[in-house]
Amino acid sequence: MTRLKVRPSTERGGRKDYISIKNFGFWYGSKKALESISLDIPERQVVAFIGPSGCGKSTLLRNLNRMNDLVDNIRHEGDIQIDSRSIYDPGLEVISLRRRVGMVFQKSNPFPKSIFENVVYALRVVGVRDRALLEEVCETSLRKAALWDEVKDRLHDSALGLSGGQMQRLCIARAIANRPEILLMDEPCSALDPIATGKIEELIHELKEQFTIVIVTHSMQQAARVSDRTAFFYLGKQVEYDTTEKIFMNPSQPQTEAYISGRFG
Amino acid sequence: MSSTPTTSTTARGEPWVWLTSLGLIVGLVMVAGLLSLVVSEGLRVFWPETVAVTELKEGRAIIGPMVQRRIRPGSPASAPVYERQYQVGMREVNGQAYQWFDESRVVKESFPAEVMGLERMENGPAFVRPVRLTNSAGKVYQATEAAFATELQNEVSRAAGIREKIASLTKNEIGDLNSQMEKSRIDLRRAEDQHLPVEPIKARLEQLNQAYAGLHDQAENLQKQAGLAKLEVLDAAKNAHVIPLFQIVRAWSPNQLSFGERLGIFFSRIGEFITAEPREANTEGGVMPAIFGTLAMTVFMSLLVTPFGVIAAVYLREYAQQGFLLRFVRICVNNLAGVPSIVFGVFGLGFFVYVLGGTIDQLFFADQLKYNNHSPVFGTGGLVWCSLTLALMTLPVVIVATEEALGSVPRGMREASLATGASKWQTIRYVILPAAAPGILTGVILAMARGAGEVAPLMLVGVVKLAPTLPIDATAPFLHLDRKFMHLGFHEYDLGFQSPDSDAARPMVFATTLLLIILVVCLNIGAIYIRNRLRARYKSASF
Repeated sequence: MTRLKVRPSTERGGRKDYISIKNFGFWYGSKKALESISLDIPERQVVAFIGPSGCGKSTLLRNLNRMNDLVDNIRHEGDIQIDSRSIYDPGLEVISLRRRVGMVFQKSNPFPKSIFENVVYALRVVGVRDRALLEEVCETSLRKAALWDEVKDRLHDSALGLSGGQMQRLCIARAIANRPEILLMDEPCSALDPIATGKIEELIHELKEQFTIVIVTHSMQQAARVSDRTAFFYLGKQVEYDTTEKIFMNPSQPQTEAYISGRFG
Repeated sequence: MSSTPTTSTTARGEPWVWLTSLGLIVGLVMVAGLLSLVVSEGLRVFWPETVAVTELKEGRAIIGPMVQRRIRPGSPASAPVYERQYQVGMREVNGQAYQWFDESRVVKESFPAEVMGLERMENGPAFVRPVRLTNSAGKVYQATEAAFATELQNEVSRAAGIREKIASLTKNEIGDLNSQMEKSRIDLRRAEDQHLPVEPIKARLEQLNQAYAGLHDQAENLQKQAGLAKLEVLDAAKNAHVIPLFQIVRAWSPNQLSFGERLGIFFSRIGEFITAEPREANTEGGVMPAIFGTLAMTVFMSLLVTPFGVIAAVYLREYAQQGFLLRFVRICVNNLAGVPSIVFGVFGLGFFVYVLGGTIDQLFFADQLKYNNHSPVFGTGGLVWCSLTLALMTLPVVIVATEEALGSVPRGMREASLATGASKWQTIRYVILPAAAPGILTGVILAMARGAGEVAPLMLVGVVKLAPTLPIDATAPFLHLDRKFMHLGFHEYDLGFQSPDSDAARPMVFATTLLLIILVVCLNIGAIYIRNRLRARYKSASF
């Protein structure tokens, strides 16, 4: 139950190396997907991963909560630490890691259950039966996901009746319901129209007060709009990682400049 | 595109469209043909047809409806000789209830109004000319009197009431006493064997015997009471017969009935067919125990096969290491579906009945074995073994369907659940299984349909020709898994191939077939209804 306590609010941009990726390499079978990635993600900031398709940005993201464990025949080198603790520490359960690192996917994937059950799913699986607590968590999560006003009258209707943008916000509400510290977003807006995209981006702005957010996006504008720092990947290598302003205004690598100005990718 | 003149018919694929539609049509025609045959023949049994009095050349006359007409086998095609089959009934006089006569022998045919049809408890139906009725009060009515018909129907329903009373007496109270006496006898034998005091048991047995005698007398009295009423009739050869009313199930005047009255008899016969117990070596009466047995067995089988199949499929799909061994197991499971059902029957007999059942008897019913002439309880065919055998037989269907259903759950749902910190088992339990439920149910539906229609293995592991006691009844422990039972499919086989009078049994074969088909359809509709409700609840996201 300690998991549910509200984290003490600290100054924005606490630890500079809250997530620390150290010399990280990753293989799918014999294919090398990532090569010696090293970057630090500060606490309660938004970091965007950009790069052309197949550059490994999603692979890296999915390693942060070890979702890649589902794939057969994988191998990694180097290390990833969250709050100074390796996520590959044998003493660390993958399940507890994933409770701390929430994830929102490219395709919104609500469960075929009611809106309420979707949001409180993470609490249900750890056996929370207290109705009042569940309702409270449902409301706060939906409020944080800016969905409460739209669905408060039909919490017990199927989640599949929502629109695409609402579904994605529901998935965000579900991901933040058990108060993770980090939120991973894998192209959360790629299937949404501009209005829904705008709402999600606003939401990201609000959420970064509380969560460390890592977002993978194909839209340079989106990266520029929502992120504090941006990393550019190309062919499994980290080309450049700096403040978003620097990357977009004055990139130091010619490849980065070529990509953001639309010459390839 | 199709307007382009250079595209050939073959390239547009039209012949293949025709071919596929032809395939469908052939299938539909066969199904429609089979169904219409079964429905028409199955329903005809219940329809009260007009009854002809046919005079034959040598001065013989017959009373009975004509059943069919055909060219005599072996008669020359140029000058075909026709023959007719009549249901002459009255087996005690005619020997066979259905007889063939050359059409050339028919002199005269008439449909006199006074002819009556009688359905009886013994010797099959009779077609007769009534003479007089003596009612239970001893009053005599001539057949020509106006009150005769009503009085006859009154007496018939009175007899039916008495028969019912006797039946319930035999079944409930005498049946109860019988099982108590059985137990006391075992107790007695045990007591004698172990040199325990036998007096109290003997006294108890004596008491039970007296109670039994009392009930027996009661039943006999009822029968005697009914035996007073009788109907005197003339058969086709004008010989007089006396038929006790107690024997008559139904009496009707087939040549006087209006359409509505015919419909009434039609439906009352259907009702009897569905709700009554069989009589006359299963060729008459109803098939209620068989319906009940089929249903109980199918439901119990589904309850067994579903968890087994689902658990196996979850392991195969979700947990097992994918590789050579798993592929091998999967092939074995699929091949299991192709093993002839009789093989499962033999396995069921050898393993379930003799090994499992025998062991259960050794462990829990040792007394019964020792002191009751070694008559087995579970070590012989029974409902539980039938259900288990069929569950084993239909297991591959459920496993394959469940595996498919698990595989078709969107990957995103799995990931979403894992990403919130649910374990693999929680993901399976809360997300994957509910989402796969409609597909799993499809497998269960297929398994039920296959199980309900299966006969061959059941003959070996517990289905019998006649078992009036149902596997579920009011005697503790209410569900008697060890009991043998009747099954519609076996009933059909028994009627069609094991009946002493195959002509008399033939209509019942069709009626039973119709009922079995209806039953399977009902089971399927029920399951499909559940599946569709689930599907509406769990329909996957649109993108």
